[in-house]
Amino acid sequence: MNADLRTRLGGLDLPNPVVTAAGCAGAGRELAQFFDVAQIGAVTTKSVMLEPHAGRPAPRMAETPSGMLSTTGMQGPGVDVFLQRDLPWLLSRGGRAIVSIAGAGVGEFGELARRVSDAEGVSAIEVNLSCANHADPAGRYFADDPAQAAAVVQTVRSHARSDLPVLAKLSADVPDVVDLAGACVAARADGLTMINTVRGMAVDSRTLRPAVAGGMGGLSGPALRPIAVGCVYRVHEALPDVPIIGVGGVRTGADVIEFMAAGASAVAVGTVNFSDPSACARVLREFTEALDARGIARARDLVGAAHRPGTGV
Amino acid sequence: MSDNGPVQVRCPVLNVRRVDAYYAITVVAPGIAERFRSGQFVSVSVGGDHSSTLLRRPFAIHDVKPDYGGTVEFLFSVRGTGTAWLAERRSRDLLDVVGPLGRPFPLPRDPVNCVLVGGGSGSAPLFPLAQSLRRRGCRVDFVLGAASADRVFSAITARRVAETAVFTTDDGSFGTRGRVTDVLGRVIEEARSDVVYACGPMPMLRAVTAVAGTHGIPVQVSVEETMACGTGICMTCVVPVVGDDGITRMVRSCVDGPVFRGEQVRFDDVGSIPFDALGAPGWKGSSAARAAESARDIA
Repeated sequence: MNADLRTRLGGLDLPNPVVTAAGCAGAGRELAQFFDVAQIGAVTTKSVMLEPHAGRPAPRMAETPSGMLSTTGMQGPGVDVFLQRDLPWLLSRGGRAIVSIAGAGVGEFGELARRVSDAEGVSAIEVNLSCANHADPAGRYFADDPAQAAAVVQTVRSHARSDLPVLAKLSADVPDVVDLAGACVAARADGLTMINTVRGMAVDSRTLRPAVAGGMGGLSGPALRPIAVGCVYRVHEALPDVPIIGVGGVRTGADVIEFMAAGASAVAVGTVNFSDPSACARVLREFTEALDARGIARARDLVGAAHRPGTGV
Repeated sequence: MSDNGPVQVRCPVLNVRRVDAYYAITVVAPGIAERFRSGQFVSVSVGGDHSSTLLRRPFAIHDVKPDYGGTVEFLFSVRGTGTAWLAERRSRDLLDVVGPLGRPFPLPRDPVNCVLVGGGSGSAPLFPLAQSLRRRGCRVDFVLGAASADRVFSAITARRVAETAVFTTDDGSFGTRGRVTDVLGRVIEEARSDVVYACGPMPMLRAVTAVAGTHGIPVQVSVEETMACGTGICMTCVVPVVGDDGITRMVRSCVDGPVFRGEQVRFDDVGSIPFDALGAPGWKGSSAARAAESARDIA
């Protein structure tokens, strides 16, 4: 038996629910050396900004138990280069592109949404409201304030092509992720991606200095998974009709099942791409095998299963 | 997915042995062995499939051999839990290895005189380089340095393959007391060297580049920068490098390097973002710089 893997995120149909997480796959070119990027649901590209950004100084990374702390500072060539060089490459390989955008201000988000919408072949826009690598001087992010996050989503929605799904990427570093999700949906987000990295720090016990430049970094990897699954579960319970991409520490096919049962319609593979460049293809294979082994005919039947005690699948 | 790109393989371990103060591990990886060029590296999973030690460890390839179906050897020191786990591997254990990664050392077209300078375990990739250069008819001279005698890697092999081999140690326990750069100028003059190849810690590479500069000869350096993925996606291993177009970029040492022309690495700015780097805060790029960036292909 081969399970039907198709999934739907608002108006976006994907052949299967395994996608890459923003910032953990570039635009697919490097990972394509290890597997066919057209095979997975979509590639969420690294967050693109309006102008080129050199990012933060090294050291940018520290390994932590079941995770890593990073602070790349959104290094990238800017939207022009992305649209001329990276996006056409991904589309030429048959990949589906969810383009992550990160503006330094609300106005920049609008401009990015317009430019990305004008490009052909984009499947969806993901709005990076919460990247721990790019904050204002006081260390605050758009996602810290539901009203600010909603303002960004509203701007993106009004500048993006109307048929292009807009996904808001949320942070778990907030008093109430359900409030934040509700504000973004009210601002006409078509779906939610959760969660981003969580703010953290590691201090080198030898030098007694923070392990990454700038002190704080974004924690990612399997250490985050229970936090991410909890956020997906709570938001799906409150907003059952809103599609969610679950992100945070996905390492195996079983992790995809966990996120989908909590309420995700798709699941992004992030930091594990760093340690296993074939991870997306392997996770998709393991997920498919797990569905077949359990006699589950349709992947989408899993969505929210954990909210239906006794029904099982 | 391609004939010359990196591959990910589960490799049987052939053996793990002590070499001086280091460990050398040999794995059977024919696909990596046949793609390998001097200066490239492998990244290795540590701790098993479900380890909490998530990130791969990068190691320069020290040797490849056609016997046993194609073997790859790399060198390491035990520094933490990951390398301690590697040191405990035994024959027939499986290791998840990705390679060969990175840009190799460029080789001269004509037979020229080459000085190979290594610091500590950074000497490891210089040995396959020496073989490649010798095959092209180049003269090879070695300058190897380390903190102490037991950390000077493979002095005997260096003496065997090179025209001359000079050693330095910080504590004077072997060779000349001091740094590699204390003797490098003399070696360059005596060997009439045309080019320097160097591999080791950043301060050493910086000093070697300065010496090569005073002698007016080019230097190829293999940088060591902390990296998470080795494949070019994580953007953590960046160093400031000036391109042929005069523009400084924060480039990835894993795929844009690890080998760079020494004079193009901005050693004084390693660990910072130079104010004039592409995309630095306040950067106002010219339209020429933007056009150059769009046209520039990535690995």
